[in-house]
Amino acid sequence: MANFITSLDKKNKLGLALIAVALIVLPFVLASAGTAWVRILNFAILYVFLALGLNIVVGFAGLLDLGYIAFYAVGAYVYALLASPHFGLHLPFWVIIPIGAAVACVAGMVLGAPTLKLRGDYLAIVTLGFGEIVRVFMNNLSNPINVTNGPKGITLIDSFKIGSFDLGKSDVFGGLIFSGPIKYYYLLLIVLLAVIVINKRLQDSRIGRAWVAIREDEVAAKAAGINTRNIKLLAFAMGASFGGIAGGMFAAIQGFVSPESFVLTESTMILAMVVLGGMGNIWGVIAGALLLSFVPELLRYTVQPVQEALFGHAIIEPEVLRMLIFGIALVLTMRFMPAGLWPEARHRREMEAKREGKK
Amino acid sequence: MSATINEVLMEARGVGKRFGGVQALKDVSLTIRRNEIYGLIGPNGAGKTTFFNVLTGLYQRDDGDVLFEGNVLNLTSPHEVARVGIARTFQNIRLFGNMTAMENVMVGRHVRTHQNVIGAIFRTKAERAEEAAIRRRAEELLHYVGVADRAQDLAKNLSYGDQRRLEIARALATDPKLLALDEPAAGMNATETAGLRTLIEGVRADGLTVLLIEHDVKLVMGLCDRVAVLDYGQKIAEDVPAVVRANPKVIEAYIGTSTH
Repeated sequence: MANFITSLDKKNKLGLALIAVALIVLPFVLASAGTAWVRILNFAILYVFLALGLNIVVGFAGLLDLGYIAFYAVGAYVYALLASPHFGLHLPFWVIIPIGAAVACVAGMVLGAPTLKLRGDYLAIVTLGFGEIVRVFMNNLSNPINVTNGPKGITLIDSFKIGSFDLGKSDVFGGLIFSGPIKYYYLLLIVLLAVIVINKRLQDSRIGRAWVAIREDEVAAKAAGINTRNIKLLAFAMGASFGGIAGGMFAAIQGFVSPESFVLTESTMILAMVVLGGMGNIWGVIAGALLLSFVPELLRYTVQPVQEALFGHAIIEPEVLRMLIFGIALVLTMRFMPAGLWPEARHRREMEAKREGKK
Repeated sequence: MSATINEVLMEARGVGKRFGGVQALKDVSLTIRRNEIYGLIGPNGAGKTTFFNVLTGLYQRDDGDVLFEGNVLNLTSPHEVARVGIARTFQNIRLFGNMTAMENVMVGRHVRTHQNVIGAIFRTKAERAEEAAIRRRAEELLHYVGVADRAQDLAKNLSYGDQRRLEIARALATDPKLLALDEPAAGMNATETAGLRTLIEGVRADGLTVLLIEHDVKLVMGLCDRVAVLDYGQKIAEDVPAVVRANPKVIEAYIGTSTH
């Protein structure tokens, strides 16, 4: 990171500083429009985590996973069970989050192991089934021993606390009100930085190259000496861990989990973020995740007023119209930019050329 | 020629392979000596590529044994074969199209390097040193095969001849003892074939052993120390090119005859 900063020229440093300031000020700007927007922003960042995790599996290694939300669910439920009145356990978050990541990682390998020989459509169907199985378990694991509390979900989940500092409650520092969502935003921002750095480093590593090689041509990858079984399992495990961490944070921020949050639509939405943004390219995936989290919310608040301004009253139910516009936008984007908004290959070549030029 | 040329590097003993009712290989025995260029020829469908795939672990053999450096190879996966020291190219070039030429060769170093996820995430000293070594070796190999000026281009954008060379560079990156080339001259023009020949001779001069499957009989006869001929899944000849060329069975297999 230090090398990275010193290697930038003045102009880039200024740009970076401006972005940093903008990111720090952002929640206060959004809070003036309503705390709901800060919450939307936080969930958007959680979606970025998920999209980046799925990008390892789908984007790098080329393994189509339609049940990715299962790992998010596992992380969320691990947190919920270990930090709520449900079992009367209240472990600190820095203990639970690693546990959640580990459990999700194991779940990733449980999914990965039997599907190693499957590719494409077949893998998609199995992973889809896996996602549903996890959700059905959460829904029904309330009998005879009540583990998950079934469809009612788990409530009163602890927020993140360090000593007496509670991220779920409002505080006033220097005259500024730091609401719960704003505090979580800063935490998410820090984690996001770490996640981006980790992803970038993985991508540029021996393992990252092996993932892409498997995606490009599995037979050739084997012949070139890659143990495709282990490297694919590693992709599932890494992707799942990211999902598990995001799930734990989701449970804490939301304070409530139920199986309803982990339906198939969520898996497809995350996949859409990865594909729309540009499979394999970290920045594209981030852009895709932010766009697909914000656009439906923006539409939620604009569809109704626009209709009223045009026709005097709402002709089409806002919720229906919102998803219709969203769907059409998705179809059009993929029709005209099939490689996504910010595709990988070209970007990669640019970056390589830059790196070479710097030497 | 060096004194080690008579030492056996790889030996096939009665190798057989069936696909359903089709006997693709039957009782194929041959020996490849260290540091020689060994040619495997035969008409279309003779079983050359099948033998190749058995040797490199892509297919499992049904009968016989394959020995490499005196040990029976009982490997179930191609990556283990690469680890032992057999590298291959493919008849229908199989590069990682959306990776740069450089990255393609870097992937070849995978089997000889060890850094894992932890090393990558924390960019440890060992990881950076290994990455630098991988990069250096890949650069060397790109120079060696003569595509260094295309290092940053995506493999799929390289010319056909360059793709063939890049595939050889990727195979060489695994530090093989035996380099197995599946029809490397296929689709090449005369100039490209001449260049390829120089490259293969260079590889041998650097101490490697080369197994060459080829359709271009002229190339094989001019380049190889010894040649085996397969026909209908069976070996019909194995000797120095001049003897093989005069073998009536070989002539029959290639040209066909009605004088029996």
